[in-house]
Amino acid sequence: MSRVGIIGIGHGQFGRRSDATVQELAFEAFREAVQDAQVDPKEIDGSVIGSVPEYHKQRSLPGVVQEYLGLNPVPTWLTEVACASGSAAIRTAWMGIQSGAHRLMAVIGCQKMTEISTPEILALMGRVGEVQWESVFGTTFPAYYALFAQRHMHEFGTTREQLLQVAVKNHFYGARNPNALFQKEITIEKALASDPVSDPFQVYDCCANADGAACVIMASEEVAKKSSKPVAWLDGVGCATASMSVLRRPNLVGLPSAEKASQKAYEMAGIGPGDVKVAEVHDCFTVAEIMAYEDLGFCEKGAGGRFIEEKQSYADGQTPVNIDGGLKSKGHPIGATGVSMTVEIVKQLRGEAGERQVRNADIGLTHNVGGIGQYCFVHVVRRD
Amino acid sequence: MFKWFGKVNFSPYTKVTDFADHLKDGRLMGSKCKQCGHESFPPRADCSQCLSGDFEYKEFSGKATLVTYTTIHAAPTGFEDVAPYTIGVVDLKETGRLLAWFGDTIPESEIRMGMDLQVVPRIFEELEDIKVYYSLEKPGTTWSVAE
Repeated sequence: MSRVGIIGIGHGQFGRRSDATVQELAFEAFREAVQDAQVDPKEIDGSVIGSVPEYHKQRSLPGVVQEYLGLNPVPTWLTEVACASGSAAIRTAWMGIQSGAHRLMAVIGCQKMTEISTPEILALMGRVGEVQWESVFGTTFPAYYALFAQRHMHEFGTTREQLLQVAVKNHFYGARNPNALFQKEITIEKALASDPVSDPFQVYDCCANADGAACVIMASEEVAKKSSKPVAWLDGVGCATASMSVLRRPNLVGLPSAEKASQKAYEMAGIGPGDVKVAEVHDCFTVAEIMAYEDLGFCEKGAGGRFIEEKQSYADGQTPVNIDGGLKSKGHPIGATGVSMTVEIVKQLRGEAGERQVRNADIGLTHNVGGIGQYCFVHVVRRD
Repeated sequence: MFKWFGKVNFSPYTKVTDFADHLKDGRLMGSKCKQCGHESFPPRADCSQCLSGDFEYKEFSGKATLVTYTTIHAAPTGFEDVAPYTIGVVDLKETGRLLAWFGDTIPESEIRMGMDLQVVPRIFEELEDIKVYYSLEKPGTTWSVAE
């Protein structure tokens, strides 16, 4: 099989962006990516938009983004799988290029969330659970992950402090990421003093809704090889699903979709978890990062709490994770997140991550989860 | 009528609409496929095993054990007035799982992983409209018609 390369990256400021429309946010990331790739936008032969439409007043988002980016008349379409929409867009572009239908594509993850209120978002997100049998009891998105956390603590002895150590790490690195929403370190004491959300979670266990966009320029092997930039090759694409309902999961201590997707990605790239030098994982809640260590095989099932306690996921640990601050500190504009993760991994592979740079980063991984694990995309990216 | 099910109902029309009628009369129903006999909870009209659309209701005992739980403090639209509330996920004795609120017979301090529970049909007596649900209660708690 021929390869697909990432030759340009762009990342806008995440946060409460009441200064811009969603297409203006998309433009910031697109401009940076096109300039980074040093390509003429007229050579781009299609775009894929990763976004979740429910949050926008604008219907049919790809149309307005495509026009504002100046990409008419080449094709565009939307991918939507909740919080994994951005990675679905990358997978779709990979498919488009592998099929031969496209040679050079722009993938834009973009989202404006802060135009609606927090209770409304809680209601919308809670309905990513099953509405017929679960949402009738007022379930929320944090509540689902709280159900996982309680079970993980019960089965494996994972502690409250270990959960919060994830937040402390991600804020530590977020404080060093100029695109992050929260560029501030936190302490366990401060986190323990925050308001309760859904036990055991308090405010600092949860990522924040945000506005923002990220963009990657993807190219066929032939086009990528002519690029003046060091190419990051998308060598493993894994994707899997799990039941919509939490009531039909085989266990409540991990995401079966993440296990399956990572196996597929590792197999395709011909690597194992021990080869990953830097990873971006979907830490929408503290426990989600701990489950990701386990589902991705960075440690044994149940050992995720100790993994963070021993700082194995810090930049100088066994497998550095979320060295850009993660969703926790960057903010989580849901459609943009998967693309944002990919941008960070490419930066790391190129050695452009500045004070956040991980040593010997030749193979990177992204783990992007939709909903409560109904969808999971794991991508392996490798530099030349 | 399925629109009776839940404080806020998001799916009033379903092929298992009679579930709510049974619940209103104090019966917790799962489904059983008439072709292959596969049983489900929550009930489903279409068999996940043999794809048959021919099903019947089967009354479940409501006996259950607790798998996990959480207390929700930050509530979504439509549930702010009942927050904080505690939800539990239980394994049903017959098959399947359900998610529900803990009822008055179990104070929060007595909730333990793996505890035995009874799923009890309920009617929201404080609401004018007919609204039914089920709650997690101490074993031995029975359904009774509102006076």
